[in-house]
Order: sequence, then C-alpha cells, then structure tokens
Amino acid sequence: MAQGSSKAGAKSRERDVFSGTPTPSSTKRSGRRVYMVAGGVTKFAKAHPDMDFRLMCKKAFDKARSEVPNLRMDDIDGTRISYFSDHFSRQLKAASMVQDFLGLNPRGSVRIEWGGATGGECFQAAWEAVASGRMDTCLAVGYETMSRVQTWKGNEFIALASDVNYDFPLGGFYTGYYALMVTRHIYEYVRKTKFANIKDEREAQRKATEYASRVMAMVSVKNHRNALNNPYAQYPKNLTLDAVLNSEMVSYPITREDICTMSDGAAATILCTEEKAKELTDNPILVKGVGCGTDTMRLADRPFGKVLLMPHEKASDYADLQYPGVHSFRAGRAASIEAYRHAGIENPNKELSFVELHDAYASSEIQTYEDMGLCRYGEGYSFVERGDPFLKGVDYGFPVPKAGTTPVNPSGGLIACGHPVGATGLMQAVIAYWQLQHTIGKNFGSEKLQIPNAKRGAIHSHAGTGSSVTVSILERVRP
Amino acid sequence: MSTPGSAKGASGTKNNEGGKGKMGGKKELKRTSKFTEVQEALGKDGAAIFVDKKGTQNLYIDYPYHVNYIHSYAQDSPFFLGLAEGRLRGTRCEGCKYTYATPRTYCQFCGEEAKWVDLPLVGKVHSWTTCHYGSEAFLKETPYNLVIVEFEGANSVLLSRLKGCTEQDIYVGMPLVAKFAAEPKYLITDVWFEPAPGAVKR
Repeated sequence: MAQGSSKAGAKSRERDVFSGTPTPSSTKRSGRRVYMVAGGVTKFAKAHPDMDFRLMCKKAFDKARSEVPNLRMDDIDGTRISYFSDHFSRQLKAASMVQDFLGLNPRGSVRIEWGGATGGECFQAAWEAVASGRMDTCLAVGYETMSRVQTWKGNEFIALASDVNYDFPLGGFYTGYYALMVTRHIYEYVRKTKFANIKDEREAQRKATEYASRVMAMVSVKNHRNALNNPYAQYPKNLTLDAVLNSEMVSYPITREDICTMSDGAAATILCTEEKAKELTDNPILVKGVGCGTDTMRLADRPFGKVLLMPHEKASDYADLQYPGVHSFRAGRAASIEAYRHAGIENPNKELSFVELHDAYASSEIQTYEDMGLCRYGEGYSFVERGDPFLKGVDYGFPVPKAGTTPVNPSGGLIACGHPVGATGLMQAVIAYWQLQHTIGKNFGSEKLQIPNAKRGAIHSHAGTGSSVTVSILERVRP
Repeated sequence: MSTPGSAKGASGTKNNEGGKGKMGGKKELKRTSKFTEVQEALGKDGAAIFVDKKGTQNLYIDYPYHVNYIHSYAQDSPFFLGLAEGRLRGTRCEGCKYTYATPRTYCQFCGEEAKWVDLPLVGKVHSWTTCHYGSEAFLKETPYNLVIVEFEGANSVLLSRLKGCTEQDIYVGMPLVAKFAAEPKYLITDVWFEPAPGAVKR
C-alpha cells in the first residue's frame, strides 16, 4: 500500500520484497583493463539536412580517428552501433548501413538499443568486447535523426517506449510521466519536511511545488549557461530563473525550459586494451567501472520497499522511506552501486571530479543526484541551493556558494546539448574523456568548462521512466 | 505502408497532374534555408530543397507510413474485458501476499502465477499532473490530467486519467471514484477517475 494505510500493505512490507533483489555484484568481475583512446561528436542540432545517419556517424568516427593518427583501420576489430528507434530513421537494420558506410565490413558488429540509455549501453557493450578478450580495439558509434518527423509525432514515438496496453493510450507523453514522478518526489521530500507545518493540504503542496520549481529552474539555468562555452551544444542560452519559471507549462510542474529537445547528432568512442592504448596515445583514459540497473517498465509496478544502500549510507537514514515508489530511480541506484564497487569508489561525492548525467528533465537531474549518492535521498533540492553541482567561474545570475564541489553536467547536459538518443550516452563519454585528458580548451576553444585537475568522472545514461540505467566511471591515467 | 512521395503524387493533384510532367511543365520545388519551411512545403508539394550554408541542395521528400496493428491483449485480456463490465481488476500473489493494482499475471517477486481479484472502485491520488501538451495522438485532448491512484488493500498503484476537476483542485491524497465508459473501446481509457463527492472545494 502506497501510504501504508492497509493491513495487507503493512504486512507485505514486513516481508521484505527486496530480499530477492540481488545487490549488484561486480566483485567477481575479472577481465582486461579497458581504455578509451579517442572520441568524436558531431554538433547536436535540430536538423542536419546535409548529413544522413551514415554520414553523421562517419564524421564522428573521423573526428575520433583524428585524435589517434597511429590507428589504422585494420586495428579496429569490430564495432557496437547504437540508435534508439527504427521509427525515426524509417530504416530497419540501419546499424548495418553504418558499418557498411564506415568501411568496416566484414568485422563483427551488433546494434545496441536500450531506450534513452542506448548510448550508455553501447559504450559498455564495447567495454565488454575488449574486457572479455574478444576484441583488442572496438569502436562504439551511435546516432539519432529525430528531425525526420514533426516534434509531436516524435514525442509519440518516444511514448511508445511505455506499455502500450496500460500507459500509452492514457495520453502517452514522457514529460507527463516525469511530471508524475517529480510531483511525488516533491510531496515526499519537500511537502513532508519544509512545509510540514502547513495544515491545508492543497496550500502546503502548492508552496512545496513553487519552491521545487524554482530549484528545477536553477538546474535549467546551470545547464543552459554551462553550454554557452560548449560549441557542440544545440541550445546554449543565457537564461534567467524567471525565464525558466515563465516559460510555457508543458506538464505541471515541468516547463518548456526544464526539458531536453529532439536532436540530430552522432558520437563515437574508441576503446582498446592497455597494450594497444600505449601504441596509440600518451594520454589514455581508463574505464575504471561499469554498472547497469533495471526497473519495471510501468511506473505503477514499482515496489514500496527499502533503499539499496551505498557504503556511506545507513538503513536508519531512510527508516520511513518507501522506495523506490514512483519518486526515485532504483535502476540508477543499482547501476551506480555496481559501477562504484567496480571502480573502488566509496563516497562518490568526494571521489568524483565531475558527473555527466542524463538530465532529460531538470527534475530528473535532481532525482538522479540522490540515486547516484551525490547527496542523500531528500537532499537533492538543498544540494542545488548550496551550489554543489555548479561550476566555478560561470555566472549563473544567482549565488552558488559551494560551486565546484561536485560539478554536474559541465557540458550543459541533455537540456542544453540536445538528446539524439543513440548518440547521447556516447557524447557524455567523449566529453568526460576530454575533461580527463584536460583537453577541453583544445576541443571547445575555451578553458571555461575544464574542471581543474579532473581525475575521475562518472557518466550516467537513463531510459524510459527509469527502466534501465548505465553508469560508467572514467579515470585519468597520466599524473 | 505507402511508397515514397506517394501521398501527394498518387492523388494526382500536385506534381503529376494531367500529365504536365511529361510535357516538361514540372512544378518548381520550394528552395529554402529554413527547416520549418521545408516541413511546410512537404505537406503541400511532397518534396522540397533545403539549401545549406555552403549552397548545397539537400532534397527532402514526404514519406508516409501507416499501419493498423492486429493488437492482442492476450493474458491481459481479463482486465480489459472487466472494464467493459464496470469492474476494475488487479491480481494477487497469495504466496507473497502482494496485490497488484495494475495487473501482473505472474508475480514480479516469486514468479508464481497471480490470481485475478476485484479492486475497490474508490482510491486516492498518489501523484498527478496536468498535461498542457502531449504527443501527436493526444494533442487535441489537452489539457488533460494524469493520475497515479492508490487503493486500500493494494500494494501497487494504477495510472489513469483524472476528470471532473482542474489543475487547481488536485492534490496528493485527494479521494477518488472510478468511472467507466458506457460504450467500451477496450482501451485503458475505458476507466477513469473523478474526485469523490465533496473532494473539490468550490
């Protein structure tokens, strides 16, 4: 029972429905160390009329190749190719056409699709190919061409990634689903705490939502303004809090400027063994950890159980919390736990130099801080207000006292970079790679977004209403 | 499924009208450097040219695609047949003592078959939103309210539409009653919720 008012519900909570939930295990993991040695992206744009999906992938691949001049085509043992929806390209088996266009036949290849996390999964599939010993060098390349349909038809395609029996016909619309999730998040973590003293339920919830909307607007301003110095971003904007709050309401309480857009774009990464990496570059980046988690396709099926804990948390921190419910992403938590354990990270907030996470909505960025353990559950809003996820040296138009503590989405994230689904997770890998190489200046034409002394970063790719999530940890090798 | 450009061409009203094409009287395609104008022109002419910054011509065509699916509810059928009878059916796993308000025919915890049970026709708002936009199929219905409903005695919840009230009226915890379509369409929208009598302050 959602609010615990029935005997049956109380009884079933005593029986821990999570007893059967496997804690993500990675301690058994063996395999070869895998390095990223090159990355490339096209600019993300509303449309690229001069490039179809094959040429976009070629441009991203060639940009990556330009970073490793010693790499010969013969060195590439195979590929993993990602795109989300056949509907957008109206071409089945499109990954074969990418493989073909890049001139990589007859090497092994497979198409990766995993909803919004398609790019992140593709990166990890390439990691697996190398770690397992199947390949020494693997190309991961992904794209999406969302401009091929009208925006609202595109929203319909995306909404088909919800249960077509029970969810889609109600008004299938992902912004609506995320609005449902954040409304409950606000109820759990703002109404019940900050506004607990207000008796009138409607008034208390309205005030809680007003407060939370302002914090979401801070996230939107952060990402849009960060992107002003990212030449690959689709929607850099010098936004103000008022501009976000006054932009059109799409699904209460999420406004137009809280949402990422449809995009065309491609991204490519080249992963290889240590031996190969030494031949190709003097500045390789180690893929130190990978994690993946899942949850029910339907939001309505999520249990109300116990939090999956990280090493820096205690069960008593969340004694009264029913988790994940519809307010948190258990898949993101599971993916983070697996990736952190693999990478030997105990306190992510202290051990990560930056995070590039899947902010399809400003609301889900706040929810994801908590899932990734950057702050505790319930502290996402104050984490923003304190300024932790902001960059030092960027003017946001409001005070950010703790800026630079754990920069999140220094690139501008999905909200400002765009979200060509099959490319997005790979774009995060490329930008994290440049951050850790300390080559943001060279690649962006400005040092403004370079995290000083970046040592370790996390990338987070997220699908559906949180039905699958990947987290990968990248680490600088050079001193 | 249709062939490329057939929507306009086959209708005989645009480019191929009266065999003018054969006589060399082809209609000039729209040439533009604005993507929105390409979209508009495709709706009218079935083809258009986007001229990029380098002056290169990029040819676009309208390419329709329609499908009628032979969709089966299969093991979920009892739920949708129940809606037509004014029943809201969930499922229950006796082993786990867990009641699903959105039916799952097999328990997600133990994997055993769950049995069909009737849910109460009253519930409460667990979460909600008002959609002012929607995907193409639902744009004409905006604004509409989505609601996640919790039920006494059920462990999971149900996504539905909330009618009979506006954005200003709704709050988490608001009591609700289920309503059913008089003429079923055999869709999840055959059931929806409205505020319980007295729940909306006027």
